Amino acid sequence: MTMKAMSSKEVTQKIFNKQELFILDVRNESDFKDWKIEGENFEYLNIPYFELLDGVEEILGKIPANKEVLVVCAKEGSSVMVADMLSDAGLNVSYLKGGMKAWSEHLEPVKVGDLKDGGELYQFVRIGKGCLSYMVVSNGEAALIDATRMTDVYLEFANKIGAKITHVIDTHLHADHISGGRRIAEKTGAAYWLPPKDATEVTFSYQPLEDGNDVEIGSVKINIHALYSPGHTIGSTSFIVDEKYLLSGDILFIDSIGRPDLAGLAQDWVGDLRESLYKRYRELSEELIVLPAHFMIIEELNDDGIVSEKLGTLFTKNHGLNIEDENEFRKLVTENLPPQPNAYQEIRKTNMGKINPDEEKQREMEIGPNRCAVR
Amino acid sequence: MEANKFLDAKGLACPMPIVKTRKAMNDLLSGQILEIHATDKGAKNDLTAWAKSGGHELVKHEEENGILKFWIIKG
Repeated sequence: MTMKAMSSKEVTQKIFNKQELFILDVRNESDFKDWKIEGENFEYLNIPYFELLDGVEEILGKIPANKEVLVVCAKEGSSVMVADMLSDAGLNVSYLKGGMKAWSEHLEPVKVGDLKDGGELYQFVRIGKGCLSYMVVSNGEAALIDATRMTDVYLEFANKIGAKITHVIDTHLHADHISGGRRIAEKTGAAYWLPPKDATEVTFSYQPLEDGNDVEIGSVKINIHALYSPGHTIGSTSFIVDEKYLLSGDILFIDSIGRPDLAGLAQDWVGDLRESLYKRYRELSEELIVLPAHFMIIEELNDDGIVSEKLGTLFTKNHGLNIEDENEFRKLVTENLPPQPNAYQEIRKTNMGKINPDEEKQREMEIGPNRCAVR
Repeated sequence: MEANKFLDAKGLACPMPIVKTRKAMNDLLSGQILEIHATDKGAKNDLTAWAKSGGHELVKHEEENGILKFWIIKG
């Protein structure tokens, strides 16, 4: 029967629409366990391609006839081989174009909402890795927050909507992915803002982003108000955009909170994290819509694919915001932490400008989920 | 480590390093050693898992200037 390529974009739409999909993941077991394509109504079968070299007869009985089948591997090659064999055996199957490599790099822009005096806010969902970046647009100008290294996506998007990127901001020094902020700022001539406490070792010049700073874009002056909220890193800064949206960086997520250990100072920063979450955020309006820099599980996506929730709702529902006892909180965020993101120390050094790995190496460093949270 | 056979899989993308390794192993007797050089980063996890599932033993691997080297004893 037939074999065709399915793009990361098509898979993303299936996730957003909660469609069914049967994924035959032919990577080795450990890679599959570590990180896979997550969808609410996706079913999985993991058989490494090297066990299928003699044929697929043995697994034919395990593949449902009434479901759409997608074969997935690391870089496409093995999934094409297996999909081809399945198609020869009479099945209609697809393979993931570009494999998990492409999946990890796919960004899906979704519109979060309109701003008061004209303008829009977009969220870029890096669905394969759980990273979220933002573009605030007003009257032909745009600010970009927590950009990934796939810089062309933002540049093309801005171009398409007729906006010029004038400000690029990172909420903190990232440890799970390589920031595209500096490169975009260089290409567009935009100002690159970083919290100075996270930037003590950077090798390039930047605009210091400090508590109370207001970044304005467009003639309508969309206000991006910086709020110092240390804890995940010592410089971590949140933003209130247009008095309506709280961009919480890696401090507060929908179903979890930031981990304080990725720069090796968990014990020192746990107090800051508590202060940010339990005091500074408490003083804000509960009506603010929280837009974090990550999601960890697919359930954190709303029906429209957007990752967001009212701050007031998180105060009741997010476990990390409801731990009365300080010692218990300290324990949660310093003990039994999930594994650290892949190559996180090298990623931090890259974001400081201290090392300059080539694209292939950067890709490899970012393999796997983001793991920035504790739950 | 003295190998009985050498396989150059440099520049080959997945699944070819494993396809060729499997073929090369067929020419060896149990207990003999195959040395493989590859550049595909995925080869490390895949060869380890493949050797295990096939009853072979990956006894040594090293990386030198971007070249991944493996020694597998046929089971």
